[in-house]
Amino acid sequence: MHPAFSVIFLTTLIGAGQGLFIALYCAEAGARIGWLQGPDHGFYVGGAIVVCILMGLGLVASFFHLGRPERGWRAAARWRTSWLSREVIVLPAFFAGAAVWGALHWFAAGDAPFAGPVPSTLVLGAVTAALALALFLCTGMIYACLKFLQEWATPLTVANYLLLGSASGFTLATAYAAAAAPTLTPFFAATAVILVTFALITRGASLIRNARLKPRSNLQSAIGIKHPRIVQKSQGMMGGAFNTREFFHGRTRAFLRSVKWVFLVLVFPVPVALMAGGLALSSPALLLAAFVVQYVGLLAERWFFFAQSNHPQNLYYQAVA
Amino acid sequence: MTQLALVIDLNVCVGCHACVTSCKEWNTSGNAGTLSDLRPYDADPTGTFFNRVQTFEVGEYPNTQTVHFPKSCLHCEEPPCVPVCPTGASYKRPEDGIVLVDYDKCIGCKYCSWACPYGAREIDERQKVMKKCTLCVDRIYDAALPPSERRPACVMACPTSARLFGDVHDPDSEVSQAIRDRGGYPLMPEWGTQPANHYLPRRRTEIKIEQDELIRVDNPLKIDGKLPKPPLKDPALDDVTSW
Repeated sequence: MHPAFSVIFLTTLIGAGQGLFIALYCAEAGARIGWLQGPDHGFYVGGAIVVCILMGLGLVASFFHLGRPERGWRAAARWRTSWLSREVIVLPAFFAGAAVWGALHWFAAGDAPFAGPVPSTLVLGAVTAALALALFLCTGMIYACLKFLQEWATPLTVANYLLLGSASGFTLATAYAAAAAPTLTPFFAATAVILVTFALITRGASLIRNARLKPRSNLQSAIGIKHPRIVQKSQGMMGGAFNTREFFHGRTRAFLRSVKWVFLVLVFPVPVALMAGGLALSSPALLLAAFVVQYVGLLAERWFFFAQSNHPQNLYYQAVA
Repeated sequence: MTQLALVIDLNVCVGCHACVTSCKEWNTSGNAGTLSDLRPYDADPTGTFFNRVQTFEVGEYPNTQTVHFPKSCLHCEEPPCVPVCPTGASYKRPEDGIVLVDYDKCIGCKYCSWACPYGAREIDERQKVMKKCTLCVDRIYDAALPPSERRPACVMACPTSARLFGDVHDPDSEVSQAIRDRGGYPLMPEWGTQPANHYLPRRRTEIKIEQDELIRVDNPLKIDGKLPKPPLKDPALDDVTSW
């Protein structure tokens, strides 16, 4: 497939936003139970603002993918059958939940943190965190439900979106906590490393799976002629068409391989090393660098995710003339 | 239940692209708007088409066959492009099984084109909506046309009648009989899309010629040659040439 930068930015930005919200909510819930030393409300307000910025940027990026963005609202219509439609519903719901959650913390700023009965933020946060998880499911299923894009049609796709997005969010939360609430830094950093490790396992598994994949369609089934040797002599046009642009990445195999190694290095080992350094030197700058490096790596990962999948329609477009 | 479809006979398709041009001509002139072309007279031209004829070489030289292969939307009975559409712009008509796009609802997200294994859908680069073969839905029900012309433009244009059009659910229709009698098959059956369009395979045509049929024993020309010249005095038709 041809990787579209609008979708690459959309999925990586909202993944980080969802992950950051889950991290913030884990801190809030942990503080309520008493496992963590809770920060004041201002920490959550700042965090919610960052979540909203990431979601807003992602939403803006998504509109660049649409040919007719002014009709975007129509995309909520077919939630019964379309995962894309479900994403279109869950994304603003999560966005709104996170914004209201941040606003509730803002209004509670004067109160002592976590006094009295179960605060409304904890309930709303639980719902919003569930929406964040549902959004990961929707985003992953958009790709995983296309069964003839065999590289995507696996539960590993959903797991990768969930784990990579959460890892990115927790890495960002680590950097944020180092600057705003240092007591939470070790918790966020430890969770980020665990999530990165699990993400490496599932992403590695999908890489191994895809390397061993046998395409179910071939030229014989594509044109229905059972002969071992079929060569395309003409694809019916010389000027190119949507079919020759949308479904080919247009890069060499060597380029694809190098992107794979770039993301494997930038998403997994480098951020962990930077986080270890940042914790040892208690340097928020290094922790922020961990997030930025990982985000760049995730851009490469998402590019590779699209470029690697081989659409069966390409069987019909093998030779110009 | 009606399921309109095309049946394409690969045995007689000569790859003339008349179906491609007539399709483009009809569908770019309709009231749904043009099928946009970008840079049509420049370097790197490109455009929107519903139908293409591709050419494949089957076998190894000298035992090769050139197969011309027209490809358009197959109007699947289980269209994978329809449920993924977030707006409902992509739909399958229950009354005749034609898969259509509502150009006024399409947001141009291209998701349906990802969901089509055949590459049957193309985005219109100017209108920014997804387009595909409509089976000339604006022709086949047009009561202003004589009944013989209520057929898709590509079917009308095909000089070798390689394209048949009809209801594949009606066992007595021309298309159903062709599928039955000539081994019609769907494309990429492995995905369970159940395309309504079918293709008729190449058929081996052989004539048995015996040696004595090549050299005629009673070659009349040779017998003529042995006839004696008529005498000069014999009457002739024009009374001129005989002398």
